[in-house]
Amino acid sequence: MFDVIIIGAGVSGCAIARELSRKKAGILVLERAEDVCCGTSKANSAIVHAGYDAKHGTLMAKLNVQGSRMMPQLARDLDIHYQVNGSLVVMMSPEDRPALVALYENGIQNGVEGLRILEREELRAMEPNISDDAVAALYAPTGAIICPFGLTFALAENAAKNGVQFQFDRQVTGLNRLEDHWEVITPQQTYAAKVVVNAAGVYSDEIHNMAAPDKMTIKPRRGDYFLLDKTTRGFVKNTVFQLPGKLGKGVLVAPTVHGNTIVGPTAIDLEDKDGTATTREGLEDVRAKCGIAVKGLPLNQTITSFAGLRAHEARHEFFIGEAAPGFVDCAAIESPGLSSAPAIGVMVADIVTNILHLEDNPRFDGTRKGILDPKTLSREEYAALIRENPAYGKVICRCETITEGEILDAIRRVPGARSLDGVKRRTRAGMGRCQGGFCSPRVMEILSRELGIPMSQVTKSGGNSRLILGTNKDSL
Amino acid sequence: MKKVNLICIGCPLGCPLVVEMEGSEIRSVTGNTCKNGDAYARKELTNPTRIITSTVRVTGGTLPVVSVKTASDVPKGKIFDCVRALKDLCLSAPVVTGQVVAADIAGTGADVIATKDIDKI
Amino acid sequence: MTEYDLVIIGGGPAGLAAAVAARKAGLESILILERDNELGGILNQCIHNGFGLHTFREELTGPEYAGRFREQVQELRIPYKLNTMVLDLAADKTVTAMNGEDGLFCLHPKAVVLAMGCRERPRGALNIPGYRPAGIYTAGTAQRLVNMEGYLPGRNVVILGSGDIGLIMARRMTLEGAKVHVVAELMPYSGGLKRNIVQCLDDYGIPLKLSHTVVDIQGKERVEGVTLARVENGKPVPGTEEHYPCDTLLLSCGLIPENELSRGAGVEINPVTNGPLVSDTLETSIPGVFAAGNVLHVHDLVDYVSQEAAAAGENAARYIRSGGTGTGRAVPVRCDGGVRYTVPASVRLSDLDPEQTVTVRFRVGNVYQNKRILVYAGDAPIYRRKARVLAPGEMETLGLKAKDLLEHPEAEQILVTLEDA
Repeated sequence: MFDVIIIGAGVSGCAIARELSRKKAGILVLERAEDVCCGTSKANSAIVHAGYDAKHGTLMAKLNVQGSRMMPQLARDLDIHYQVNGSLVVMMSPEDRPALVALYENGIQNGVEGLRILEREELRAMEPNISDDAVAALYAPTGAIICPFGLTFALAENAAKNGVQFQFDRQVTGLNRLEDHWEVITPQQTYAAKVVVNAAGVYSDEIHNMAAPDKMTIKPRRGDYFLLDKTTRGFVKNTVFQLPGKLGKGVLVAPTVHGNTIVGPTAIDLEDKDGTATTREGLEDVRAKCGIAVKGLPLNQTITSFAGLRAHEARHEFFIGEAAPGFVDCAAIESPGLSSAPAIGVMVADIVTNILHLEDNPRFDGTRKGILDPKTLSREEYAALIRENPAYGKVICRCETITEGEILDAIRRVPGARSLDGVKRRTRAGMGRCQGGFCSPRVMEILSRELGIPMSQVTKSGGNSRLILGTNKDSL
Repeated sequence: MKKVNLICIGCPLGCPLVVEMEGSEIRSVTGNTCKNGDAYARKELTNPTRIITSTVRVTGGTLPVVSVKTASDVPKGKIFDCVRALKDLCLSAPVVTGQVVAADIAGTGADVIATKDIDKI
Repeated sequence: MTEYDLVIIGGGPAGLAAAVAARKAGLESILILERDNELGGILNQCIHNGFGLHTFREELTGPEYAGRFREQVQELRIPYKLNTMVLDLAADKTVTAMNGEDGLFCLHPKAVVLAMGCRERPRGALNIPGYRPAGIYTAGTAQRLVNMEGYLPGRNVVILGSGDIGLIMARRMTLEGAKVHVVAELMPYSGGLKRNIVQCLDDYGIPLKLSHTVVDIQGKERVEGVTLARVENGKPVPGTEEHYPCDTLLLSCGLIPENELSRGAGVEINPVTNGPLVSDTLETSIPGVFAAGNVLHVHDLVDYVSQEAAAAGENAARYIRSGGTGTGRAVPVRCDGGVRYTVPASVRLSDLDPEQTVTVRFRVGNVYQNKRILVYAGDAPIYRRKARVLAPGEMETLGLKAKDLLEHPEAEQILVTLEDA
């Protein structure tokens, strides 16, 4: 019997797991995918919102601002890429000014620090590539960017370090309330837990509906993005949003912590909860809108496009709380879910702690070291590292200069990478401009060797995503 | 008189050839830049042949397969017979370039030779 | 770390030919840096034949062609380092590199030859909508898996792009037991050599659909099918969609010279080729830094890579011997009439030896028939040649006589253009 089973290893589930690992408890995270960070957490804008946008008085607004404030310390503790770059909400038409002022006032009420409205000249000085038609902007100096994979993996690894167990490829198909605990059913195995936490992202309605008396409906809302080459580094410094107004909602243009530029998203409501296919219309939409607030965006430097799903619920609010005895929802976590994750973790952990009357875990260690990136070392340190471990001298991914040493580290961690995408999201091997053309066969070899599986069993992202379907002439 | 259009594959120029035929007899070849074009056209219309390149398994080497080719042309119709004849072949490293991997492949008279060195590990 | 006069970045066909030529030109101190675990570069996975007709007067496979150069490098005792990644090239030609044996090290050569080759355009750069399942490979990645490792990445294949690697892979996959259903090409003409269409597609009954592209990819985990549509004016035509069930999509949609190191050093890049702007000695905008092969511009034939790289190697040796670049005025080479670019982009007229030939290579932007290639020095025509067919997939080479150029020492430019024959 587990004290707590958390369903979902996205950023919310992992944040909850880490917070709960401060307590003495048997905790298991069940994930339907093959790895941590495979749903909404992996495909989003990679932004920590300052917190001016969510409507004052909502849980969303409260957790966004709290999460944003917690992030700098968390980033230091967990050794993740995080950068306070500021954000701008750009107004393109003078008649939209009331909306800009309302946004400013909402932000002030939410307690966002340092908000200011910049007029044209100051805006232009701050962001030279801003559109000539931009009139003014709301500036939030606390807006930040983050590596969403890095955050989620770090939370999971730190939780695992403090005793949380993870099991993957476990889709929860049923929940049964027994006298004093829950039965959690998966095709492979049935588990028992005193408390179940629902952090199932776009599936959080289905999990909720298995346990709670009321019904919830999550509509996956798809966002299509372009990611541009690092040649665009510095195109914008701040995250540039467009104020919803006469010209519609617009898309954001932002730097990433790794020096790329991200552009998007669309907002397309779907039925399919795995519907992460981009469409021509979606990509055209981003293309059409991305040039409104900025000028000269080099879209020809696109290295990939992708789509992510937000777990949208009609009331546009987070649902966090005990929805049935011993069943805690952390549902409908759409944007700003990533920004709020640290605060969500604390809130849910508090609820669970109160239900179970958990004691502190005296051995809790809230720090974690990330995968060593030799590029951050001095020349002497780097040279010494290679002498000590020659795998750090062997470059596997040429575009991002990722060495075998880093890939081995990613595979050997807990929870570690078990697929090409798992390696990619942990190390960036394959995330550069050639998108894995050169390095995928090598990473596949390393995975095969390290995991002790034949090449035909190496997958892109678990399940049936096998990369090799046979050997030469085997069907002749 | 029948005209047949061909693209010469003798070299990367890819000359567009026009062959005039009387029944199965070739009367003329035009469009070629060199004499190889003429020869290619005549052969292509009577007995088309190709060099085949493929791979053969290797054990104990730095790579699990070695690249191979037929040392001379084989009839086009025999291509798959040749490839199939390589299917169950397995060499032991080392393999050296030029080494005969299979003699008289599929009865074509052509030998299959290695085109790469594979060192022993 | 031992210092070298000439460092060659890349041990593929360009790097090897440059090294051999530099040594034959009398240069002793040469080092080749190669990131892979053997010399030969991409030739090692190009196991088909058709290489070397110009260079060796016989038809070789890629590994054999590489082997010939590898032997010369070994006979000439030219040192090389494998598994070595160059991390940085500075404007002062300091090369920072790394491998497991030497660790991180710097070299300070007098001259550098850039021979890093090119990479394939990935799916992301093509904006193909749909899912992102396993089973989407660039043709070159599939080529490595099949030809060097013996793995079949798929059994039912659709190929987008009719570049040579795509055509070659259509035949290779077929001969290894896969079914290649169709090759789709966005443009109304093929990007590959005609002979490859004959011997790789026609021989095996694989259809080539020109003016078609992939508009959707199905399959969440592994590719389950793709949708093709006809393209007009760059846009897919609604109602022309055709569905192909398949487990694999191979992409052969163009090659991009790998100039991250060159850019880092401040080498000026030609936006048309994505390769460095070079003079007739193949010297880039940084004196003593030369470029050749696919890093300079994408070639169709390795023989031309070898020729070009040999010239770069000789010129680098001359640069080291004479202690600098010529001082002659650089006359720009411009293009017009459908010629997309030329290599070189300039000629130092007064440095030319009257007996020499200036090689100019170029590509056209469309398919042209019955044209005349003309070269003007200033207003004076100095070269003309008939061209029955010109296609974007095929590189053209002109040999301009230096003495013809030198008759026009005041020319403001050299113009390469096409006119109707």
